[in-house]
Amino acid sequence: MSALPCAVIGTGQTKYKRRRELTLDGLVREAALRALDDAGLEFTDIDAVVIGKAPDALEGVMMPELSLCDALGAVGKPIHRVHTAGSVGASTAITATTLVESGMYDTVLTVGYEKQSEGNATWALSGGKSGGQGAGGTFAPWIREYIARSKAPEHIGWLVAVKDRQNALLNPYAHLHIEDISIEKVRESPMLWDPLHFLESCPSSDGAAAMVLTNEAGVKRTGKTPAWVLAHAKRTEFSMFPGRDTTRPQAGVECAEALYKKAGITNPREQIDCAELYVPFSWYEPMWLEGHLLAEEGEGWKLTDAGDTALDGSFPVNMSGGVLSSNPIGASGMIRCLEAADQVRGACGEHQVEGAKLALGHAYGGAAQYFAMWIASAELNPEL
Amino acid sequence: MVSRATTLREPVAVVAAAQTKSHRRFEDAEPQLIMEVVNQVIEQSGLDRHDIGFTIAGSCDYLSGMPFAFVSNIDGVGAWPPVYESHVEMDGAFALFEGVVRLQLGDIDTVLVIGSGKSSPGTPRNVFPLQTDPYTMAPLGLDPISLAGLQADAMVRAGTATERDFAEVVSRSRRDAMSNPFAQVAKDISVDDLLAEPYHTTPLRQHDLPPISDGACAVLLARGATAEQLSDNPVWITGIDNRIETHHFGHCDLTTSPSTSLAAEKVGLHDGPIDVAELCVRYSPEEIVLRQAMGLADGTTINPSGGPLAAHPVMATGLIRIAEVATRLANGEGRRGVAHAASGACLQQNQLCVLDRERP
Repeated sequence: MSALPCAVIGTGQTKYKRRRELTLDGLVREAALRALDDAGLEFTDIDAVVIGKAPDALEGVMMPELSLCDALGAVGKPIHRVHTAGSVGASTAITATTLVESGMYDTVLTVGYEKQSEGNATWALSGGKSGGQGAGGTFAPWIREYIARSKAPEHIGWLVAVKDRQNALLNPYAHLHIEDISIEKVRESPMLWDPLHFLESCPSSDGAAAMVLTNEAGVKRTGKTPAWVLAHAKRTEFSMFPGRDTTRPQAGVECAEALYKKAGITNPREQIDCAELYVPFSWYEPMWLEGHLLAEEGEGWKLTDAGDTALDGSFPVNMSGGVLSSNPIGASGMIRCLEAADQVRGACGEHQVEGAKLALGHAYGGAAQYFAMWIASAELNPEL
Repeated sequence: MVSRATTLREPVAVVAAAQTKSHRRFEDAEPQLIMEVVNQVIEQSGLDRHDIGFTIAGSCDYLSGMPFAFVSNIDGVGAWPPVYESHVEMDGAFALFEGVVRLQLGDIDTVLVIGSGKSSPGTPRNVFPLQTDPYTMAPLGLDPISLAGLQADAMVRAGTATERDFAEVVSRSRRDAMSNPFAQVAKDISVDDLLAEPYHTTPLRQHDLPPISDGACAVLLARGATAEQLSDNPVWITGIDNRIETHHFGHCDLTTSPSTSLAAEKVGLHDGPIDVAELCVRYSPEEIVLRQAMGLADGTTINPSGGPLAAHPVMATGLIRIAEVATRLANGEGRRGVAHAASGACLQQNQLCVLDRERP
């Protein structure tokens, strides 16, 4: 027995700005209806629903699948709720994929969301303690360690911040549309957590992302352009222990190894056409290029510096504008997977990478300890 | 929607199961509860910890009162070298569902499932209203006990049950719990004595409610030949499925549970007789609703452990039902059984898992 093929045949996103006019129900339903519309299906065609979001405390709703089931057309169906910290959006997409791959359910709706305007994210991200350091405070020392090890010049972070915001101008769903973004503007913005300036950090966003996943028969029946989920992988390690490499976590390395092996990829940098990496703070672009074996150790920043990761570069990263331009936390990982799928479906509009056939979607969470990744492919059996 | 059974391509079995005692207040941290049961299932199976294919846990931040509480739970499992694992903000029984799904892919052979929770740090009656609709219900503080009272009242008014029926469920559960070493509440008490007690939330009395508990449960799943290698008595899962209903309780007939009936159909519950059923009866009237919705015959033994009325470590309660049925079948107390798990007030979401000593 082996996994049955699974494909994305519909995607839906909301505009990632503050949505004070919408309830949580309204937010997730907007994304779900758009995904169904894209797939040419209705709620009655869905066999199971898988949702994901970051901590319930962000909005103050406990086990929200219970109150969102009506809005998601899940009444009378199985509903499943994933929570793996910041990686949750990608983990949720992967769990939904396994429901189809198992043969137990034919067509599955998956939704990731967060409505940060309903709560205080930095409070929640500090474990519910006041005066916490938040995510930036956790990651800054590890970024400084990366800079010390790699000898990367300080402008690398600014370059990523500008490049992702320029990409965001081509994505109508992106939260931040900073028309006059520039190196100077990033460099002059307030220092939050050295070396991270304000404009090197992700925003607090509201939003939901949804995908319709189905099996081979579903792809045939709908006639929609599929993005096949060629492979997926997840890995976790402890948040802290003596000797832990927080700059290049072993779980991230092993997650990438497992992913590429499953997909039959031997040279990821050459064989994968583009990537949506979870980069909430600018420096994580080079860190994950290295940490996920897309560049040699100490070489990741050179790809960024040379413009290789730009939309017209040799290995585009975060064509959508990435987490730096929109961060509805529980949705952010799913958006990476969704954008990877849309790239190989040729559905990305102005931020489309010409001829993309194989794309990587990625998310990480917790103390850079949870990893979830998938490969979307235009072909079911691609020639690599 | 096409109605068909949810079929499993790969046979999956429970090969080991363990639970902690149900504590009214466990003073140490939740990972300690988890470590206790994880170590036990690893020892039972003889499997090397590092050979576990996938780990999936169910727990709830809100019980601990701390966002990301589940992150430290991994300390009770072990995650170095890195592990392949995931987490659901649901009862461990729903984590087990994901484990069964994952084993269907055929690339891994074993899944460790965990459910854990400590309800003692908070006041459940203040916390659980946050499960209801955040705009129309949560601000009213409508808690599960009040909703259970409304459900019980609806049943009494509709004539589907009497207060004596509720007391009979409690009397039997409390008595059966006397032989369950993990139970928190166990007593030999007559129906008449129970009925003499005052009301708590009319028509419910205190004993119609579950205790507040801390605890954990772990189950090791394996597929095909691996299951037979790891256990002399693997107990096979022949069907697992869950269904949810609207959260607008005013739109529901609280005397029935259509989602449970639908799940029963999906798991092929009536393909053969059921010897033992462990039901997630958090409030005594729920047993009556579930029996009827599942169409359980009189010959089926219900909640021989005493059920959640005797021990209710939220987030482990559903997984304990599976562990209880699997352990009983492995010990020869029947051939086929069913374990039920519920989420939400008034049996809003229901999962059924059919277990069988015979490999399908």
